[in-house]
Amino acid sequence: MNNIIITIDNLKVYFYTNQRCNKAVNGVSFKIKKGRTLCLVGESGCGKSTIALSIMRLLPELSRIEEGKIIYHSDEGDIRIDQLKKNGKKMRSIRGSNIAMIFQDPMIALNPVYTIGFQIIENIRYHTNMTKKEAKQKATELLKDMEIPLPEQRINEYPHQYSGGMRQRAMIAMAMSCNPKVLIADEPTTALDVTVQAQIFELMKKLKEERETSIILITHDMGVVAELADDVIVMYMGNIVESGTLEEIFKSPAHPYTKALLKSIPVLGRGKNQKIEPIRGRTPDPFKRPKGCQFNPRCDYCTDKCFKMPDDFEITDTHSVRCWHYKKVLENE
Amino acid sequence: MENLKKTKLDKKMDIIKKKEEAGLLVNKSQNRALRRFLNNRLAVIGLIIFTIILLATIFAPIICKYSPQRIDMLNRLLPPSSEHIFGTDKIGRDVFARILYGGRVSIFVGVGSALGAAIIGVLIGSYAGYKGGLIDKIFMRISEIMMSFPQIVLVLLIVSIVGQSLWNLIVIFILTGWGSIYRMTRAKILSIREEEYVLALKAFGLNDIIICYKHMLPNALGPVLINITLSTAMFILQEAALSFLGLGVPLNISTWGNILNVAQDISVLRENWWIWLPTGSVISIFVLSVNFIGDGLRDSLDPTQQG
Repeated sequence: MNNIIITIDNLKVYFYTNQRCNKAVNGVSFKIKKGRTLCLVGESGCGKSTIALSIMRLLPELSRIEEGKIIYHSDEGDIRIDQLKKNGKKMRSIRGSNIAMIFQDPMIALNPVYTIGFQIIENIRYHTNMTKKEAKQKATELLKDMEIPLPEQRINEYPHQYSGGMRQRAMIAMAMSCNPKVLIADEPTTALDVTVQAQIFELMKKLKEERETSIILITHDMGVVAELADDVIVMYMGNIVESGTLEEIFKSPAHPYTKALLKSIPVLGRGKNQKIEPIRGRTPDPFKRPKGCQFNPRCDYCTDKCFKMPDDFEITDTHSVRCWHYKKVLENE
Repeated sequence: MENLKKTKLDKKMDIIKKKEEAGLLVNKSQNRALRRFLNNRLAVIGLIIFTIILLATIFAPIICKYSPQRIDMLNRLLPPSSEHIFGTDKIGRDVFARILYGGRVSIFVGVGSALGAAIIGVLIGSYAGYKGGLIDKIFMRISEIMMSFPQIVLVLLIVSIVGQSLWNLIVIFILTGWGSIYRMTRAKILSIREEEYVLALKAFGLNDIIICYKHMLPNALGPVLINITLSTAMFILQEAALSFLGLGVPLNISTWGNILNVAQDISVLRENWWIWLPTGSVISIFVLSVNFIGDGLRDSLDPTQQG
């Protein structure tokens, strides 16, 4: 038990905007292990960002955690994050120093009227007792670690003077400034171009090895998953459909959705005549969901049994899948 | 252990969840702004009070059988009774009738001037802010001149030239009032001008007028609505102040301000409370209700607010 840092147990998060109830996350359970990268994969709208925001208790006003537990196994014991006051002292001290988050668009996630140095130093001084001078030194070191050239000069510059990749690095520097145990990255490179993407991921790999941070990486790009993940969780319409280690998911996918996802990716090098197989059908309207397993209108293995939500089946002790017909999927290799 | 108390928001969410699970919400599509306005209790209360006062002033002849100008020297300074609901004033006129008929003038002046100033200020402000350059500079200078003119001097000037009348008063209020709404609209439009969707609209080839008035203006309306409601209140009180000085509407027409005039006399203030207290209360309640409506409108029309 002592290599698990966060446990999520049957988490349900519902949104109540426009006087309707949207069951964004509908019963999700998983564990985040120390020093490993967990990738949450899924289409837009399947609930990945919602889980990240619920761990940080940053959900919008008209939503709430209906049921379930989020347990943070800190050095002082287990803390039930879902029961803390949303903006209370305890939660605010956890945010930033123990669990940190970086957002999708670095252009708008940094305050344009303060220098980067000011923003990093503010984070450091809020959570630790350093003096201004020490904090400034630490911030400069952090920028150097993030491979930003001329950090002593850059620390006094404004976000508009940085390029996109540098801004994302500055955000990562801010997030890592208090050495958090968990870093949640919500699609950190979607807004950046591919070469910068590669650099950022090299950086994150280095951070993971040097500081033993667990990383929760939310993405919809399977290439990124293949590059960075240790463990993978595949989500669809608010449920986890499959979870396992990288090899298990990529080499022996046990859920029809995972299999279809992997088949739908065009492969570099196969040329322009390769057959692209998109998944048939479309994601259902969250207010008009299908009965039982949410994937059954689009699934090749669907039978009558699928009108009842499948249980979670364990294939190995790290690989589990939520499908009645997983054995057939594994065989149809 | 789930020991968190259920807040009001929690209870509302529970109701929505039950309805959704029972399948009741599938086909409901009400106009969002209307639903949010009606959910805002203060705004609805404001609307009800405003309507009551407005209808009372319109149907004054039916409600009250006295004329506001009928002088009855035998019944001066009577306290409230079943004959005269709010008593009579110094020359025997029924106070209730004066409030009802006076309301017509005051509401007309207040709301009319506020709307007039807002229309002129918003129309000029959005185009000047959008185009920038010479037009913007010219109107800026004009608005500064108009705003820095002391209103009393302007009123004296125009009253001595054209005479005292209701319409002159409204014109003066609009002339001195459009400046602040102009500046506010212009400031909002300046910040909206740099947004991406304006660039996209230009890329579609739409002309400036449509971009400015159909697309950018609705985004700038929030503060304008609040300003309209505040201005209404301000103009009603300003008219009262000018009538105090005898510069407002001609003295034979009753307005809420005119009725308050008599409170200058300390004996009236102390002994004849029925003359100034009901009038003052009606002004306050009316102004409050207009403010509530303005706040409610602003909140319900804002697309970025959750709800």
